[in-house]
This record gives sequence, C-alpha cells and structure tokens, in this order.
Amino acid sequence: MAQHKVNYLQDGGAPIALTTVDKLVNWGRSNSLWPLTYGLACCAIEMMATGASRYDFDRFGTIFRASPRQADVIVVAGTLTKKHAEFMRRLYDQMPDPKWVISMGSCANTGGMFNTYATVQGVDRIIPVDIYLPGCAPRPETLQYALMMLQKKIRRESVFRSIKKKRLV
Amino acid sequence: MRKYTPKNDVQAKSYFNDRFFVAPETPKRDSNKDEIYAKDIEQLRDKFEILNDYIEVEELVIFINPEDNVNVITFLRDALDYEQLMELSAIDYIAARGGFEIFYEMLSLSKRKRLRIKTFIRQKQPIESVYSVFRMASWAEREMYDMYGVKILNHPNMKRIIMPDDWYDYPLRKTYPLTGDEAANWYEVDKIFGKEYRDVVGPEIRDCANVDRYDTERFSRLGHEVPKGVDITDGKEPDTPISYQEEGGVPIIRKLNPEDSVTIKERR
Repeated sequence: MAQHKVNYLQDGGAPIALTTVDKLVNWGRSNSLWPLTYGLACCAIEMMATGASRYDFDRFGTIFRASPRQADVIVVAGTLTKKHAEFMRRLYDQMPDPKWVISMGSCANTGGMFNTYATVQGVDRIIPVDIYLPGCAPRPETLQYALMMLQKKIRRESVFRSIKKKRLV
Repeated sequence: MRKYTPKNDVQAKSYFNDRFFVAPETPKRDSNKDEIYAKDIEQLRDKFEILNDYIEVEELVIFINPEDNVNVITFLRDALDYEQLMELSAIDYIAARGGFEIFYEMLSLSKRKRLRIKTFIRQKQPIESVYSVFRMASWAEREMYDMYGVKILNHPNMKRIIMPDDWYDYPLRKTYPLTGDEAANWYEVDKIFGKEYRDVVGPEIRDCANVDRYDTERFSRLGHEVPKGVDITDGKEPDTPISYQEEGGVPIIRKLNPEDSVTIKERR
C-alpha cells in the first residue's frame, strides 16, 4: 500500500460533489451570458459604459459578441424604428437557442416619448422579452441588475423540459 | 400674435387646446434698400420673370416660376457668386392653396449674403431636379419627395431616403396624423409576420401610462399578487384582504385597540 494513500471515506470526504444536471447546466449558462452588440440609441452609451472597465460586465462572464451566432442574450438598447424592426427580428432569429432578451430603456419597452408614426411601440410587438428594464436611459448599475435578474431567471429554468420555441410565429 | 385666451380655469379642463403658435409676421423691406441685393435683383430681372421680391430678416427673397428653377440657380451660382446651396425643401400649402411652396436657400461667401428662392407648384406638378447644378440636391430632393411627395424630374436616384421604400403616404404633410395612419400602425407586424398576425399582436398601446389591472401576464398587482397568467376577469379575482404582520404573532408588537387606549388629559 502506498504511503500517500488517502482514505476518502475518512479523511475530509471524497472529492465528489453531488448536483443536478439542471443546476450544472444553468450554472454554465447563467454565468457566461454573451450579449449581442446591439445599440440603437442613447441607451447604447450606457450599455457601452456597462461593458467598459469601470462597471465591468466581464465580472458576470458577460462579453459582448459582434455576431448573433455567438450570442445568448440581446440587449435592445434604444429606440426601435419601424424601418429597423425587420432587421432586429432577423438578428433575433439568427441567435441559437436558448436565447433571452433584455429590453433596455423606455423606448424599447413602450416606445417611450416617441409617440409617433415611425417608432415601434415596444419591442415586445416583435420579439418576446424576458426582462423589461425601465429608465431613460438606465444607468449601468441598473443594466447589471437586470442581467442579474436574468441570471436568476435562467437558474430556475429546467434543462429537460421541451424548449418552448420563442417565436411568435 | 396669437389670440389671448384667459387661462384661469386651465386646471379644471381636461385638456388645454390652444395648440398652434402663430408666429408674428416679420417686416418685409423693399429689395432696393440693400445695394448688393439691388444689383442682384436687377440682373435677375433682365433674364427671368421675378414674381415678387423683398428683404426679410436681412435676406433677399425672390419668387420665380417653377420652370425657371434650374436656370435661376445656375445663373446665381455662375454670374452672381452664390456658391452654395444650403438647403432646399417644401412647405405644405395643400389645404390653403392646393400645392407646395419649394424654397432654395443660397449663400454667397464672397458677398456675405444669403438669398432665398421660392416657387409654388400644384400638388401633382413635377419640378425639375437641381442636381446638375449642386450635388447637395441629391439627398435634399429625395427627402423632399419622401416627406411631402413632391415629384422630381431627372433625379439620378429617385427613391425614399428616410422612410422604408414600401411606406405608404408622406409623413410631413399636414394631413398626416402624428401617430400614423393604419398602414403605419401595423407596418412592422405586416412586414415581419403578415397581416393575419395582427390579431395576435394586437393594436399599439399609445398611452404610455396604460395599466390593465386584469392583465396578470404583464402587470404585477402590488399588495394583491396572483400567480402570473391567472385569469381574474369576470369576478374571478381572489379576495386579498390587507393584513398586518403584528396580527401574526410578532413578539412585543401589538396592534393598537382604540377601546383599550386611554387619552391623557394632562401631563403627568
């Protein structure tokens, strides 16, 4: 018998941690949420500030990706015009499942102060939204809080349930 | 000046409807009052028909026939040193006069003078493009077409510039509603999902303070919470009485019973 043999059942326990697959997968998903670089208006400035070193989105494992193919979450940061709506929907459709949406700011939530002919009155007319983040524009802390709320939501999800298609059609 | 209306009872009314500010008219001076403008207008009169001219806020305004627009602008650029075309657009006078007033703002850096050319066209009358004289006109005329529906002849790339190509109607006309007509309201739904999907998405909610107390999907009911998505219409709303935590047996704290309480008449 080797000198360094450790009796796992006695000395400090076995190097085994028990968990559920749900928790393991959701731990991975929620801690590496990669948002799409998608700024539409002034909220995008706050989103950029959130990503920069002072507020540091990277602490949450959140790194902006420039391609919808690599993104898990889309932060709709700003006023969505009707002309742009179809491109926004196309980008959302290009993201792989599972995917989430944060609607950032009053304009994305409801159209905000742009009660006009050219503005979409809330992005939830186009894509399903998970988190509505109020503010005009929301401060970086608020966006980080929205992301933490989204992480909470993801951690509650079940991996094995049939994934409900997040498509309106 | 706009008519004065007493505003004492504004708070009592549901809305205040003195809407449009009518700017006071600026005084118009004779164009001979300025010697540079006087020379310009003399040379212009020799070659073109000038319908009206005056100086308004230190700027010469001339009215011409719409057929002359390219020639007048070429003449102003080449002979009278107005080197820049700053802006051109239209003004909607369809209701009052049945057409548009087109204006061209020009600037002469050497003379340090500005000049405005105005011309009136009927609603469906096309106007010649000045793109051949000033390249700047390319986008400005596209915008004029996009916003007012003014037809432009001989433009190199005549299509909408701001609104999408399949947009219906011209948004800056005075008859166009600010919140859009029906085509505008359903534009994104029709384009992405198709017309038959209108029922699923529903009409736009233009009231940003809108709260539907029976909608448990999108609104939380503070103090009267129910699970998300529960149908509470038609009297199915659960009774949620307001309760206080001291009734649930929090130590030390008791609820005040008015009958047991004593009012002290004087200081002990």
